[in-house]
Amino acid sequence: MSKNIKFLGLLLTLIIIFIILLKGLNVSKDYSNENLKSKIDFSLNAKKLFSDEIIIISDLFDKNSPSLINIWASWCAPCREEHQFLMKLKDMNINIIGINYKDSPKNAKNFLSLLGNPYSEVITDNDGTKSIEFGAIGVPETFIISGKTNEIIKKYIGPLTSENIIEIKNLLKKNV
Amino acid sequence: MSNYLGNYSLYIALIASVYLIFKSYLDANSENKYLDKNFILITSIQTIMIAVSFFSLVAAFVISDFSNETVFNNSHTSKPLFYKISGTWGNHEGSLLLWLLVLSIFLFIFLLNSRSQDTKYKLLTILFQQIIISGFLVFILLTSNPFKTLYPIPSEGLGLNPILQDPALAIHPPILYLGYVGTSIIFSASLASMISGNIGDKWARHIKKWVLVSWVFLTIGILLGSIWAYYELGWGGFWFWDPVENVSLMPWFCLTALLHTVIVLQKRNSFKEWTIILSITTFSLSMSGTFLVRSGILNSIHTFANDPSRGLYILSFLFILILMSILIFFFNQSKISNTAKGNFILSKETAILVNNWFMMFFLSVVLVGTIYPIFLEVLNGSKISVGPPFYHNLLIPFLIPFLIFMSFGPSLKWIKDKLKKFNYNILIIFLVSLLISYVILTKTENSFLLSIPLIVLSIYLLLVTIKDFFVSRSSISQKISHFGFSLLITSILLNGLFSNEFNSNMKVGDERIFNEKVVKLKEVNVSDVDNYKSLKASFEVTNKNSSFALYPEVRIYQQPLTMTSEADIKTTLFSDNFLVFNILKDDGYYNVRYQYKPLMIWIWISTIFISLGGLLSVIRKNEQKY
Repeated sequence: MSKNIKFLGLLLTLIIIFIILLKGLNVSKDYSNENLKSKIDFSLNAKKLFSDEIIIISDLFDKNSPSLINIWASWCAPCREEHQFLMKLKDMNINIIGINYKDSPKNAKNFLSLLGNPYSEVITDNDGTKSIEFGAIGVPETFIISGKTNEIIKKYIGPLTSENIIEIKNLLKKNV
Repeated sequence: MSNYLGNYSLYIALIASVYLIFKSYLDANSENKYLDKNFILITSIQTIMIAVSFFSLVAAFVISDFSNETVFNNSHTSKPLFYKISGTWGNHEGSLLLWLLVLSIFLFIFLLNSRSQDTKYKLLTILFQQIIISGFLVFILLTSNPFKTLYPIPSEGLGLNPILQDPALAIHPPILYLGYVGTSIIFSASLASMISGNIGDKWARHIKKWVLVSWVFLTIGILLGSIWAYYELGWGGFWFWDPVENVSLMPWFCLTALLHTVIVLQKRNSFKEWTIILSITTFSLSMSGTFLVRSGILNSIHTFANDPSRGLYILSFLFILILMSILIFFFNQSKISNTAKGNFILSKETAILVNNWFMMFFLSVVLVGTIYPIFLEVLNGSKISVGPPFYHNLLIPFLIPFLIFMSFGPSLKWIKDKLKKFNYNILIIFLVSLLISYVILTKTENSFLLSIPLIVLSIYLLLVTIKDFFVSRSSISQKISHFGFSLLITSILLNGLFSNEFNSNMKVGDERIFNEKVVKLKEVNVSDVDNYKSLKASFEVTNKNSSFALYPEVRIYQQPLTMTSEADIKTTLFSDNFLVFNILKDDGYYNVRYQYKPLMIWIWISTIFISLGGLLSVIRKNEQKY
């Protein structure tokens, strides 16, 4: 009798630990920072990748609908993975602005000509300072920006997944 | 080419594994007297296939075949050959393949080494070991295949994380894995012996070798990791209670307990159930370590290629194994014949039991500190960080009774010992250690009440273990290990008590005065080396009447862009002088950290002594333990 109780107790403990660890695996690793908008100055100057023109970043935003900012580099393997999803978003007529992080223009252009260019405009960030201004901590990272208020609605750290794409679609519908 | 070879040989190994599982299950239920010759044959084919797979990955790294995604992510043509090879296991996919290779090699060695054992027991060990092997094979093939191809083929790889480019770290994972994987044999063998009912002194003698081998490798593996952290990370410590370090320490506590228990089983034929429980726990802890490190549950936000399906798989696999072992334990518990004769309070058995209690206590503290933050985050969303103070406050006070027990426990006799008449030797040693501690403690100001008994007892234990070399009848390997352990504790305590440091921003030409020493930054040279840019600083440290130079370095790697600090350490038998610097902004100032750390080298030496004892015990065949 006492043996059975011991066994059941042990089993129950194990199941509880299993469930907690399972939940722990799914704890969201998307950290979205609510106070970011006060820090970000989208009126930064930046150089375009395909021409030497210097522009103000906020001019690239669509005033009526949300835009995406995607920080990427040709040397970053996860960026390669998420590229197909960006192409899908482009096909949905979403305005995506690329920030090319610490990259050589030649490699960046090769990357886009090989895999397709999902961006309405690509600006260069040779020293990584612009990405830091945006509060980015690595590549790839994606921000959704409201067209009306220029606020960050949502931030994705790491490569986008197919679930993220559905989420982005829904978010954008709401914010139009 | 090597991609296909590696990939398909893994499939062949999986087929072999499935065949062996069925075959061994069927044979174990029949009454065959002898082990079918096919077992050795198929196991060797499987081992060879996994080796082929592993070496084709090594080859892909050596020739920088960037059509392989693992190579592309972790290597670069400009890397030295040595680090190209060590890059094979410096990443998730490759390290699992290495794990698998060791797993199958160990099973093969086990089969060759257990000729004299019972056939059913051998079959069941093969069964459990193959379940583990097939679990890892499926895991690798489904979620972490190291042979994924990339097309179009990139012309250059992304590079191995420069922080991993260190000789100690290059051999650290393989050694640690030998320890981890060794516990899998202990696990399979103990479950098998539980079912076939051959737990006893003969089995203990046979499994003790595996316990010792795993323990020696685990000890050396932890040592290498610690050496790497000290020399490469540049934080000036040797143990940080980082979760990744803790997961290697937990099986060590458990294995140390098992190591002592198995001796009781061998000599006195008791502690049977406890031995089995410890074997299961040790392996579960090794597997949990893999889960915690590989699933990213512990990791920071910077692990991008984080695949939740990996964590889910290891977690499920781990729990299936644990569940299986619990079921086997409870259903076969009645087969364990309790032959234990009554023990007396004052006996070696009791001393070993006390040792086990302490090990379990240390283990629980580390376990709680590592796992509890995860639990809390799930249960109420709060994030806490458990740091060194938690471990120090909980562990250090309990060292006092532990040291006392360790000073007399090993010399007790089996079954029953008598309280000896007053022993003058012990009194003399105790007085000497009091005197030494007094001299030591007057030299430092930052001593607490707690450090007095700790220092006295650790020196006392050190002297006792030295005395034991001449008078005690216990085996030489035990003497060496225990001496190493007491030396380790003494070095750590004195190191903690007398270490001091300063932190300051300096520019070229500046001087700082610290504890009667003058530290001067003379110059900083910039140069290009192999695959990084080097900034080498030249410092001069002047003591009262002597002076020495230190040359710390900052390396800026391009692929991927990373900055690492190489500390310069001047090591003598008595102390380490540790100097590391970092680049601040462009105003010519550098952040300089200088540390004085006494007896650092003795921490490494004593750990080598500890594992040397274990090693001697493996090699010496007819060693008698009293």
